[in-house]
Amino acid sequence: MKTFPIGGVHPHDCKEFSKDASVEVMELADEVNIPLSQHIGAPAVVKVANGDKVLVGDVIAEPGGFMSAFIHAPVSGTVTAVGEKVNAQGIPQMMVTIRREGDDWREDIDRSSELVPTCQLDSKQIIEKIRQCGIVGLGGATFPTHVKLSIPAGKRAEFLIINGVECEPYLTSDYRTMMEYTNEVIVGIKILRQAVSAEHVLIGVENNKRDAMELLSKCLTQCDGIQVVPLKMKYPQGGEKQLIAALTGRQVPPPPALPIDVGAVVCNVSTAKAVYDAVQKNKPLVERVVTVSGRDVKQAKNMLVRFGTPVSKLLAKCSVEQCDKQKVLLGGPMMGRAMSNLDAPVTKGCSGVVVLTSKEASRCEQKDCIKCAKCVEACPMGLEPFMLYKLSKRSNWDLAEQEDIVSCIECGSCSFTCPGYLPLLDYIRLGKGRVMANIKARNRK
Amino acid sequence: MSSQIFVSPSPHVHGPFSTKRIMADVIFALIPAFAVSCMVFGLGVITLALVSITSCVLLQYLIERFIMKKRSTVGDLSAVVTGLLLAMNLPSTIEWWIVVVGAIVAIGIAKMPFGGIGKNPFNPAITARVFLLIAYPQQMTYFPQSMSSCVDAFSGATALTAAKASAVDFATVDHLNMLLGAQTGSLGETAALALLLGFAYLLFRKVITWHIPVSIFVTMALMASCYGIFHFTTLSAVVSFAAFHLLAGGAILGAVYMATDYVTSPMTKRGGVIFGVGIGLITMLIRLWGSFPEGMSFAILIMNGVVPLINKYVKPKRFGR
Repeated sequence: MKTFPIGGVHPHDCKEFSKDASVEVMELADEVNIPLSQHIGAPAVVKVANGDKVLVGDVIAEPGGFMSAFIHAPVSGTVTAVGEKVNAQGIPQMMVTIRREGDDWREDIDRSSELVPTCQLDSKQIIEKIRQCGIVGLGGATFPTHVKLSIPAGKRAEFLIINGVECEPYLTSDYRTMMEYTNEVIVGIKILRQAVSAEHVLIGVENNKRDAMELLSKCLTQCDGIQVVPLKMKYPQGGEKQLIAALTGRQVPPPPALPIDVGAVVCNVSTAKAVYDAVQKNKPLVERVVTVSGRDVKQAKNMLVRFGTPVSKLLAKCSVEQCDKQKVLLGGPMMGRAMSNLDAPVTKGCSGVVVLTSKEASRCEQKDCIKCAKCVEACPMGLEPFMLYKLSKRSNWDLAEQEDIVSCIECGSCSFTCPGYLPLLDYIRLGKGRVMANIKARNRK
Repeated sequence: MSSQIFVSPSPHVHGPFSTKRIMADVIFALIPAFAVSCMVFGLGVITLALVSITSCVLLQYLIERFIMKKRSTVGDLSAVVTGLLLAMNLPSTIEWWIVVVGAIVAIGIAKMPFGGIGKNPFNPAITARVFLLIAYPQQMTYFPQSMSSCVDAFSGATALTAAKASAVDFATVDHLNMLLGAQTGSLGETAALALLLGFAYLLFRKVITWHIPVSIFVTMALMASCYGIFHFTTLSAVVSFAAFHLLAGGAILGAVYMATDYVTSPMTKRGGVIFGVGIGLITMLIRLWGSFPEGMSFAILIMNGVVPLINKYVKPKRFGR
């Protein structure tokens, strides 16, 4: 079975809690907070003011540059505030607050569940539609999709790769999307293929989701050229570079190189579904499937949640047992971010909310490095985490740069595997930030 | 929700490895070999091992508490491993005070002065063995006659000593007997099969990879075969000679348990292969042409010194380069 060439670890997948829970529609919150920066790139520029009435799907913020995205009202009602609110990490961030009144959608949005299988638009029109609907990568990286699909001159997309790997433990939102919106996902994939005129289309799915693979293959029989490829269960199989290497054997060179440099465009399955909604139904990105799971979660669920809904509401809905010293994560346990403010809103990048028990949440006492080289073995980028850790600790940025610290994808395999419980990634992340800032400053000169 | 929640950067989960578990696995892997040496040399070896382990652990505890003034790390079992490996490197007849001297060299000179676990450039148990070999050559090479027929053939000396004195007829060496543990020597030099069993366990538990041991074995076998071609007339004698060198002395103990010591071996697999080839070469150079019958411990110690150089030049293959 195919997999990526170097490194990787095997965390327990813990999908059993939520994998059989069908997607439920989460009830609407009475008040939502919409951050203006829910994507990589420039924050969106707000277009509404206090007191404005909005319908679901109305633009509330426009892109702040090419690398940015539209943001739409996820509920109908009145804008009650535009200003700084504390985000999930406890940092103030610009948000639009809407007080909900009913659930009225913009007229031109097709809300029926009828499948629209064909699309007559050309590449340019599709990409513009995707941009207008504010689609960003829903796998977690929130890279604006229209940017990804705009192939630079001289480059060619040989492969369109659809990421159905979902290698993060606990998360099942992509899995449920594949299971319940199979046909929508497939139409979305075809639209994406049209947009980038890819020769080959490969859907990579990790081997623990055999039923999803079967279902996709079954629905694909007539339409040629789309292939479902089972992948070995290994973290980080769903990392963009790892997935490309697993499926095509091509390795994306270190930054600033992009997947398109090896002829690949990668989109998540949930993004494909969002693309379908945007292009075929004229529906902007206002909601997504969110997994709520963990050992303290009594009823783990997959829910269709409007953006801006407070995470605390989801936790209440899933009867999360309250105990001290829990950790609540936005995303999975390998790459997700711990929340300090549980009232923070669900955003475009939020594929799941994972609650770790107080026992799971505490870190073990740090021991000495025994040079076991398990981090070197685990690193999927072929780096030497123990050394980058040491260099970052000593603020030796030049040497860290020489040792390719910027190639780190922050997957956490090194810290996960370290027998001495060293906070390897904590320091590497710090060092990577510094080195990237140094490189930027140098390039400016 | 709860009044207090934890916050930290990712990753938020940890894998199954811990230093303690790794050390416990090494100890567990050594149990079969230790049991065989109990059978071959008698129950006295248990006392020997206890003296060695206790001195190592106690010494590390005292140094950490009263000289380094920090919390003791003996709980990670690394000192137990050092003590056990030191015992496996000693003959069963050794006096107890020599064992204590060995422990002092291992912990007090080779390990703690460099900062303790993870920082010592040379393997503590090997350093102690080499020190004792030079300081007390007679006591370190006095082996008991064992009841087995194969060992009788070598009349009290180890197989390698006999080979050095050209007293072994390689056409008639009983390899099966050597494999099963009927050769005299240090505690860990008797039981080739039991040591290999432990090797399999360590591989299974992903404590070590095959790179270092296998490259040592292959290099030794190749060198022995080359030497054999010039000294024996039949092919079977050449093969027998090579097999003899893999089974005799501390080859397996050294290659599987001492050379793979994390701290004193390279950080990459390719580096591990270079390290292993170096150990194999030096071992055979000493065994075939040196004045010592056995060269494994010297070879490991010398290659320990080369590890920083290997780490500097042998890098893992970077993704996308």
